[in-house]
Amino acid sequence: MLEQYIPLFLVIGFAIVLATVLVALSKLLGPQRPTAEKLTTYESGVQPIGSAHERVSVKYYLVAMFFIIFDLEVIFVYPWAVEFKRLIHEIGIVALYSMLVFLFVFEIGFLYAYKKGGFKWD
Amino acid sequence: MDLYLILFYFFAIITLVSAFFVVTTRNVIYAAFNLMLTLFGVAGFYVLLGADFIAIVQLIVYVGGILILLIFGVMLTNKITDTDIKSGFLNRVPGLLIVGTFAGILIGTLLKSTWRIAAPLPPPVAGLVGIGNLLMTEYTLIFEILGAVLLIALIGAASIARKQSN
Repeated sequence: MLEQYIPLFLVIGFAIVLATVLVALSKLLGPQRPTAEKLTTYESGVQPIGSAHERVSVKYYLVAMFFIIFDLEVIFVYPWAVEFKRLIHEIGIVALYSMLVFLFVFEIGFLYAYKKGGFKWD
Repeated sequence: MDLYLILFYFFAIITLVSAFFVVTTRNVIYAAFNLMLTLFGVAGFYVLLGADFIAIVQLIVYVGGILILLIFGVMLTNKITDTDIKSGFLNRVPGLLIVGTFAGILIGTLLKSTWRIAAPLPPPVAGLVGIGNLLMTEYTLIFEILGAVLLIALIGAASIARKQSN
């Protein structure tokens, strides 16, 4: 059961080790001669203006809200996708249709949100 | 120590330490980022228990979605990032009483109950593959109704998003 996840755990472990080692190495080996100019906030070479703790437009929140719902839709495609090859042999084209119906019902909502202007930025 | 135990303790430490920081830190953003680690650790537990679909849902919905909403919520609010959360002690006596009673009940139950160790479980069938199978055969109707539920959620989100324009 767990054996099939070993590659996944290896990737996680490798990512953690690599990130830690790289940051630590550059801290240890790199020369550090900070000046006031070097320590200013990096803003692509432009003089930084104002505080970074600005209020962000509420529009982002709406995008995030839509994102979660589409996220949930995609999640239900996963278990279907991994089994599709076997299912199409076993129960035939119904496997495709039932997913299409699911997506179609959902896309009505997509059309509604689109018509309502939910995806407009201003 | 076998691999299972090592992984279990790895995820347990991640979950507990980050959960501790979520509660104790005075900066909302730090709390949110620690919550990400906590949710990630719980996803690890799901994988260890053989519930891979739930682990994926945990990662994609909670770490990828809900947490983004949370951080947006912080970013949208003016000057909240500098505010210290009040996490001092209030109402010590009633708090201690309630916590003490509850802890007493829990510890009492822990000590009194006889722990039966079950035989090792058969490998779970309801993994990602099993769920895909069931959704397409036995529970197709429920699957389609699920689409309708998501549709309702999307319509709700759309009407919240554009309440003023129409």
